This record gives sequence, structure tokens and C-alpha cells, in this order.
Amino acid sequence: MSVADRTPPWTSSGTCRIGFRLSRLEDGLDFLNAFVAFANFVMLPAVAYGSQLALGALGVTMIYGILRFSNFAHGDTMAFGAMATILGTWWLQAMGVSLDPFPTALLALPAGIAATAVFVLITDRLVYRFYREQKSAPVILVIVSMGVMFVTNGLVRFVIGVDEQRFADGARFIITAREFKELTGLKEGLAIKSTAMLTVVVAIIVVAILFWFLNRTRTGKSMRAFSDNEDLALLSGINPERVVMFTWIMVAALATVAGVLYGLDKSFKPFNYFQLLLPIFASAIVGGLGNPIGAIAGGFVIAFSEVTITYAFKKVAGYLIPAWEPQGLVQLLSTDYKFAVSFGILIVVLLFRPTGLFRGKAL
Amino acid sequence: MKKMLAASVASAFLASTALASGHSEIKIGIIVGLTGPIESLTPQMAAGAELAMKEVSDSGLLLGGSTVTPVRGDSTCIDSGAATSVAEQQITSEGVKAIVGGDCSGVTGAILENVALPNGIVMVSPSATSPGLSHQNNEDNGLFFRTAPSDARQGVVMTEVLMELGINEVAVTYTNNDYGKGLADSFQAAFEAAGGTVTINAAHEDGKGDYSAEVGALASAGGQRLVVAGYVDQGGSGIIRAALDSGAFDTFHLPDGMISDSLTDNFGSEIDGSTGQHPGTDSAGAAKYVELAAGAFDATSPFSGESYDAAALIMLAMQAAGSAESADFKDRIMDVANAPGEEIFPGELAKALQILADGGDVDYVGASAVELIGPGESAGNYRQVEVKGGSIETVKYR
Repeated sequence: MSVADRTPPWTSSGTCRIGFRLSRLEDGLDFLNAFVAFANFVMLPAVAYGSQLALGALGVTMIYGILRFSNFAHGDTMAFGAMATILGTWWLQAMGVSLDPFPTALLALPAGIAATAVFVLITDRLVYRFYREQKSAPVILVIVSMGVMFVTNGLVRFVIGVDEQRFADGARFIITAREFKELTGLKEGLAIKSTAMLTVVVAIIVVAILFWFLNRTRTGKSMRAFSDNEDLALLSGINPERVVMFTWIMVAALATVAGVLYGLDKSFKPFNYFQLLLPIFASAIVGGLGNPIGAIAGGFVIAFSEVTITYAFKKVAGYLIPAWEPQGLVQLLSTDYKFAVSFGILIVVLLFRPTGLFRGKAL
Repeated sequence: MKKMLAASVASAFLASTALASGHSEIKIGIIVGLTGPIESLTPQMAAGAELAMKEVSDSGLLLGGSTVTPVRGDSTCIDSGAATSVAEQQITSEGVKAIVGGDCSGVTGAILENVALPNGIVMVSPSATSPGLSHQNNEDNGLFFRTAPSDARQGVVMTEVLMELGINEVAVTYTNNDYGKGLADSFQAAFEAAGGTVTINAAHEDGKGDYSAEVGALASAGGQRLVVAGYVDQGGSGIIRAALDSGAFDTFHLPDGMISDSLTDNFGSEIDGSTGQHPGTDSAGAAKYVELAAGAFDATSPFSGESYDAAALIMLAMQAAGSAESADFKDRIMDVANAPGEEIFPGELAKALQILADGGDVDYVGASAVELIGPGESAGNYRQVEVKGGSIETVKYR
């Protein structure tokens, strides 16, 4: 009403003008409603999911770039990191420590990363180093990583069990759908989960640190040199075992952060991390394997396509084009086909641009 | 005088032996999966059926004093070939007059098609719940009955509950398996037939971490309530969580797979106002049945009461028809199961036999509050619940 109130009704064409302004206002509201519905069900979930995928894909892409194989155990490394963090969180919660309104898991994160780093370094020492010294073909390392995947898989289930674990505490929402509706008077609500927000913020911080490390520090530069040309790097006196060790530690950190954020935002269940492997690899490959920027972009491309293609646009379309009342759901693909979307994009990219969007290494 | 007395005694004796030779023993088959996936349930089921037969035999009132002998057979629950040959052998060499069974839906269908139909033998299954066994067009020649409700029945009950609450537009999501899809489809059919609208009927997979895409589609389709035909310890809770988080739905309607303590543990008062229903009865029959079993076996075991009822219905129908032949008594099963007539609870079979012998009418209630509807299957009993203040409360039984 505020807009209409400002128009003096006593002017000669007052009534007509009010009507006109009101309908303009309602058009504006419809547009806002459409935007809010879209943001609530597509944009926010996709941004949070995309950040989790991007962090996972960064780990995969670093292993591929520097150690030169596709690490199938990455999903379960995430599960291991999340498990270690959850155990730490429970201990902290039992001690009465809390970080309210933030989840206590953030405090336990460093310990989780340390445990995971130790775990992957032991794995490297026991398993991968042998094959590295043999100069085994990448495909052998891929199969070896599958073995590691199954062992990790079993280890995580053995320690924490196969069931769903909840460890999120602190505030659940920054704003709930109901609060948003009351605040704005719109018909559609926008719920912002604190874990989703946290995911995005932490992902940005981690990526910033990663890029700073790779581009500015001596170790980071030696890692990039090792990735670009192994022989040249060795000739210039770079210690390969040191590079490998740092790579694993960083991968452990990325995997743990990604695993914990996914667990906080959704829920922790070992099997879910195994299932995450496909979209993570799709993200890394779509972005260009070995290219960190590509991994991030790939994560968001996959997340947005999964959510957007399976979203039913009926409501949004109803707001935008009031005259058109769709009978169907205006949904491209049923949600059953969510994983098929990752596969589809993967195939298209591999067919037409095998190096990925950002010119990574060809497969 | 003395002679006459002797003659009458002799004739009475002769008559009774004639009667005895004609009706002395009626065999009824009990075909349940004594081995196989439900072997933990079947001993109590068979014991329930045998309890009813013993009660009738002991009363000495069935068809002028006949006794009933149970003949056990193993349906294996899953192997149709084995189940069929057991039924074949029971009918042809043992000469059973009717069969209590089978237990699992698959073997029950196989026995019915291959043995019971060609031989014209009545079957009363205590536990087959597949909607595929509802013979709407008399494909079973009126020979098949069941004391367990069809899975499709819950869809009808759910429709009645929602319509009474004034809800006529819902979104439906179901767990992607036979149970979920069967329930969702039968509900949609019943709800639309009653004039309601199902805006979307979408599957969800169990055991996923994230259901925001599924909930996005459900929210877009809209509806007054979200019907979640899933499992509370699986994807069902994930769907509810995602729907609450995104503000898509505040209240839900939940069928049997969702009603449990973990529901309120997970969500507490967040889902206040949500409704649901699951099988349950407040009938006195169940307690009387436990009393009657007197600790000889676990009478609260699933489908045990239904087995007692299945056997009881067969024998009461025989009494009502005055014949132990399936062709004669198959039409009387519905009569003895439903009103009008005197209500019969477990342990009162002798009373029922007497009433029927005297030409009266009975309404068999039994252990599972039997009410046969449609093509001769139990209407089932459901407990309608509502979530109030974070706990599940009974609204009523229907």
C-alpha cells in the first residue's frame, strides 16, 4: 500500500493511477515470489551442494595432478575424516565444550584433519609408495585405490557403524521459512540453514588458503613444478617424497573439511560418501582434471544442473506468467534421475571437450 | 416294552454310528511357510488355527459331532512349486475339505490358481496382503478369502481420514519399492475417486544424504499436506527433515511405515498437527485370544490371531451350510463373518456352533475383529493418530 499511498488520490486520474500502480506492485511481488521460491529450492541447495562437491573435487584433482592417478578412495577418505571429527565432537560435547551458535564440529576439525592426514600417510607408506617406486601405470594405481577404498569403507563402518549419525549442534537456521514470510510478507519463504551458509564460507576460506599455498609458498611452487614436469622438477632438486607428503596432507585436509561440511549440512552415513564419489569425479572431470579452478567450477556446474534439471518449475512459472496455468509440473526430469544428470554431463564433456572446461589433462 | 426300548437304543446306536461314519472326521489343511523367510511366525500361526479346530472338535457340535483334524503343510513362503505340490497332495490324498493358507502372497496365488480352483476347495489366507489377490471379478469362483487386509485397503482408509479432515489436495512421495509404490498408487486411486487431487506422486530412494531436490519438486507441486509413504528409519525422515527445513510443508500424513517412536524422537513437536494411521485394534478379541492360548504359544505374534480366525470362519461356514463340502459352504463365509448376528469372540466357537445349529445368525469378531469386505477380504482395523505436542496420540480406531 505504501506506493499507492504516495500517489495523491485527489488528482484527476487518481483512482485509475492507484489501480495501475497496484497492479505494477503485484507484478513486482510475483516476480519476488518467483525469485524466492527459486532461491529456496534451487539456488541455496545448489550453492551448498556445489561447495561440498568443489572441495571433494579439489582433492581428487590434486591427486590426479601431482600423483597422477584417479583416487577412488577419496569418497571414503571424506567419510574417514568426518568420522574422526565426529568422534572428536562427541568428546568435546561430553566435556561440555560448545561453540554456540556455531557447530562444535568446527573445533574438532583440526584434530579430524590431523587423524586423517596420519591415516592417508600410513596408507601411502604401506600401499601407494610401492607402486610409485615400481613406476606402475596409472590404471594399476586406480585399481589399487579401489582396494584402499574398500578397506577404508570397512574401517569407517567398523569404528562408527553403518547407521546415520547426527552431530550438528548450534543454531540450525539463520532464518526459517516462516520467519522470512512474516518479515517480508511474501507468499514464499526462504529458509537459510546455518550449515549451508557455513559450508559456503568455509569453502571460500579453504580455497583461498589452498591457492595462496600453491602460488605463494615454496612448497606449493615445488608441488606445481612437480605436477607440470616431474623430470625437470627432480633435476632442479625438488624432493619428491616431500611433495607427495604435502599433497597427501592437503588432500586429507580438503577431504575432511568436505566430509564434515557434508555431514553437518545433510547427515553422516558412511554409504552416502561412497555415493558422492560419482558427482565428485564428474565435477573434477567436467572442470578439467588436475586444474583446481576447474574442480571448483565443475562442482558448481554439476550441483546446479542436478538440482535445476530435476526441479519442478510449476510454482515459479505460475508467478512469472500468471496467465499460464501449467497442468503438469514443468519438470524436465524426475528426481529419480538425479545421478543420471552427472553421468550425462560427464559423457557430453568427455565427447566434445575431453580436457574439461578449464583445460585440465586429457583422460 | 423292554424290546422296544432295546430296539430304540439299538437304532439310536446305529444312527449315531451312521452319523459318525458320515461325519466323523473333517480334515482341514494348514499350509504355511514352516520353513523359509517367515518361519519364525508360522509356528504361532499354525498353532492358532489348530487351537480353533480343537475347540470345535471338543465342543462336539459341528455337523452333529464331527471332529476336525488339522493337516500341516509347508508352503516355504517363496517356492511356488513346493507349495503347489503340498496343496495337491493334501487335497488328493489326505482329502482336506478346506485350506487355511497360504501365508505369503506369491505362494498363495500359486496354490489358488493351480490347486484350489481346479479342485474347488475353499482357501482362507491369514496373512497374504498383496492387492493382486483381490479378485474383483470372481476369478476365484468365490473360493478365496483372507482375514488380513489387502495392502490396498490402507490407501482407502487414508483417503477416508484425509477427507474427514477436509483435506482434498495432497502431494505424495513414496519409498521406491513394492510396498511404497503399491501404497502410493492405491491411495492415489482411492483419493481421486473420492474427489481429491494428488498434485504429484513421486518416488524417493532410501538411504540418501540429501532430499532437497525431491522436496523441491514436491513443494512446487504443492498441496495441503505431504503424504510420506516411506520408512521412518530411512528416507521418510530425510524427506520430512528437508521439507521442514525448506518450509515446503509443515504437516504430513503418515501411513504405517512412518508411525513409530523414532518419528517423535526425530522431530518432536516440529510436526504437530500431522496425522496418520497404522494397523491396530481396540477390539476385546485380541486379549481374549491371548487368554485362550494360555501361554501354549505366543498369541501376540503377527498373523496368529488371523490364523485362528481363518480356521474358525471355515468351520462356522460349514455349520451354517450344514455341509463340509467347499462348494456348499463357500457362500456362507461372508454371512458368518459379518453382521447381523450375535458377536462371537475367541473361545466362544461352541456358542456360535449352537446358534448356527439352531438356525440363528452369528457375526464372527474373533481375535482380529474380522469384517470381510469386497471379494472376501478383511477390512482391517486401523488406528488413526495425530501428533500433538511432540507425541503420537490416538484419535480413534476405524
